[in-house]
Amino acid sequence: MSEHEYVPKSKAAKWFNDRLPLLTLGAHLTDYPTPKNLNYWWTFGGILTFCLITQIVTGIVLAMHYVAHADLAFASVEHIMRDVNYGWLIRYIHSNGASMFFLAVYIHIFRSLFYGSYKSPREVIWIIGLMIYLLMMAAAFMGYVLPWGQMSFWGATVITNLFSAIPLVGDSITTWLWGAYSVDNPTLNRFFSLHYLIPFLILGLVVLHIWALHVPGNNNPVGIDIKKPSKDTVPFHPYITIKDAFALLVFMIIFAGFVFFTPNVLGHSDNYIPANPLVTPAHIVPEWYLLPFYAILRSVPDKLGGVILMFSAIFILFVLPWLDTSKVRSAVFRPIYRQFFWILVIDVLMLGYVGAMPAEGIYLVLARVGTIYYFLHFIVVMPVVGYLEKTDPIPMSISEPVLSGGAEPSLARKVNDKV
Amino acid sequence: MIKSNIKLLVLSFLLLISLKPLQSAEMVDPIKVDWSFKGLTGTFDRASLQRGFQVYKEVCASCHSMQYLSYRNLGEPGGPEFSEQEVKAIAASFEIEDGPDSQGEMFTRPGKPSDKFKSPYPNVQAATAANGGAYPPDMSVLVKARKGGANYIYSVLVGYEDPPPGVTLDDGVYYNKYMAGNKIKMPNNLMDGLVEYADGTESTVDQMAKDVTTFLAWAAEPELEERHKTGIKVIIYLVLLTILVYLSMKKIWSRIDSEV
Repeated sequence: MSEHEYVPKSKAAKWFNDRLPLLTLGAHLTDYPTPKNLNYWWTFGGILTFCLITQIVTGIVLAMHYVAHADLAFASVEHIMRDVNYGWLIRYIHSNGASMFFLAVYIHIFRSLFYGSYKSPREVIWIIGLMIYLLMMAAAFMGYVLPWGQMSFWGATVITNLFSAIPLVGDSITTWLWGAYSVDNPTLNRFFSLHYLIPFLILGLVVLHIWALHVPGNNNPVGIDIKKPSKDTVPFHPYITIKDAFALLVFMIIFAGFVFFTPNVLGHSDNYIPANPLVTPAHIVPEWYLLPFYAILRSVPDKLGGVILMFSAIFILFVLPWLDTSKVRSAVFRPIYRQFFWILVIDVLMLGYVGAMPAEGIYLVLARVGTIYYFLHFIVVMPVVGYLEKTDPIPMSISEPVLSGGAEPSLARKVNDKV
Repeated sequence: MIKSNIKLLVLSFLLLISLKPLQSAEMVDPIKVDWSFKGLTGTFDRASLQRGFQVYKEVCASCHSMQYLSYRNLGEPGGPEFSEQEVKAIAASFEIEDGPDSQGEMFTRPGKPSDKFKSPYPNVQAATAANGGAYPPDMSVLVKARKGGANYIYSVLVGYEDPPPGVTLDDGVYYNKYMAGNKIKMPNNLMDGLVEYADGTESTVDQMAKDVTTFLAWAAEPELEERHKTGIKVIIYLVLLTILVYLSMKKIWSRIDSEV
């Protein structure tokens, strides 16, 4: 909160604000002291909020025309595409919007990894963020089922079947999830219901995510604690709002490029074939944003093992703040960790690529190497490097990067270059 | 430092993607056609769409349904753009089942522009049974439902060949260079001069294949022209707005001693 209490100017506003301090909240949000050295990797929080709102608004409109029934869903999507005014636009924004949402969230997560934003005192922000990410994956998966094309049906079959790997009760759980003895109309119905619910859960978590953020304030590229407000901070409005707006517009240009010129490039052509339980597609692949996890799942010859490993790949991130032993947040001052960070990025991209390929030959080998490295990075590299690494000297503040150790005036410039 | 790392990243990713050809050796890539509807400003060739509709009506429609299209679509902007009279005449040339009437009886009547395209078979099972166990797929979104899109559809239409030595085919199975697995149950229906084009264009196999593929591409994406036109306007608007916001941002941030 800002240091001085906000007092509304008019009497009526004061009367209202005393009863429900919305104006105080507004003042807090506009004044919110933000580090002035945030780079463009920090604009993805705003972009993600935009993505969520876009998905909710387009989704509500689509739900007005969509029919969640195994015999009618595919036809209702074609009805949206052909007969609903601008239905094609709304649907393409929604389907490409999911991909843009994930693109932004992956950048947001890797930004956090690079600058140590998950570390004390921001662990709770990080964990809420991961919960949002988990819900996003659930929402995206169920949304992909709704058009009831071949990939919808078979994707749903593969993913729900994962639960049958659970010993003893696996088959019962799978039947319970389906509401039938295979993926069928009841499955589609409940997926639609949950697909409509989850975005609002995400919205609630986003409020908590931002609330938790406003307690310690933003991390920043230098990764040091700063005094707020001070010479190192700027008020959120207009400095950060205008910068976020600029970044959002650049993002929207790319978004529009997909929607208007290659609206189906990120999807799979098989999903324009109506679902057919009797015909299995040659390669069942999930959407691109789930591919790294799909690669991990398939890298294990044992089904239960694969499922455990896949879920571990996500849940290990929850304990990340305690696996990282380094006292320094930003990788800018961590010469060794920085290299490992980029290796992890390559590793995840590679897993995503082999996830799209058949699980055989060289791809299976790469998937296994990639999976092993993924876990090594978090279980071994992070604790050990954090402990052994000799970090670069850290500046005292953003404005005056004075050394904590000896005096070396030239470093001020060097730090700024790196950031 | 970060820059050189990103370079390394991109390089290793390119290396990875270059592994791709290992995957599908036996599939022949479809022929690349320079379609008029390709690219950012692509539009359909009106005459080709009308000819393509003729090929569909006289050749394909005896087995393939197009259940998501209505006759009125044929007159809408961005499509074949037949005149209102032509659309009415096309629709009226089909007998459509309607009902039940006040007596509870089903009856047939001439088609109206608001009717969906009449399907050749009453249901999927009937279509499958009449075609040697292979369902002729509905063609409404066929171009979007096949990897390779329009190029693939065109390639299959012109890709019939005698089977190479050593390949034996069952009855009712044909060899096609571009079809996955090279075996197709649809016979080669196109031959030179098969249809008599109303506009006098010579109906070679290649011409008919291109026209009907264009028609199918429109059927799958009837919004394509509007989408391209709107897209260009949207991008121009966004770019201008981005420039204005960028300049405002520079101005606002010039008040303090920090870079954006």
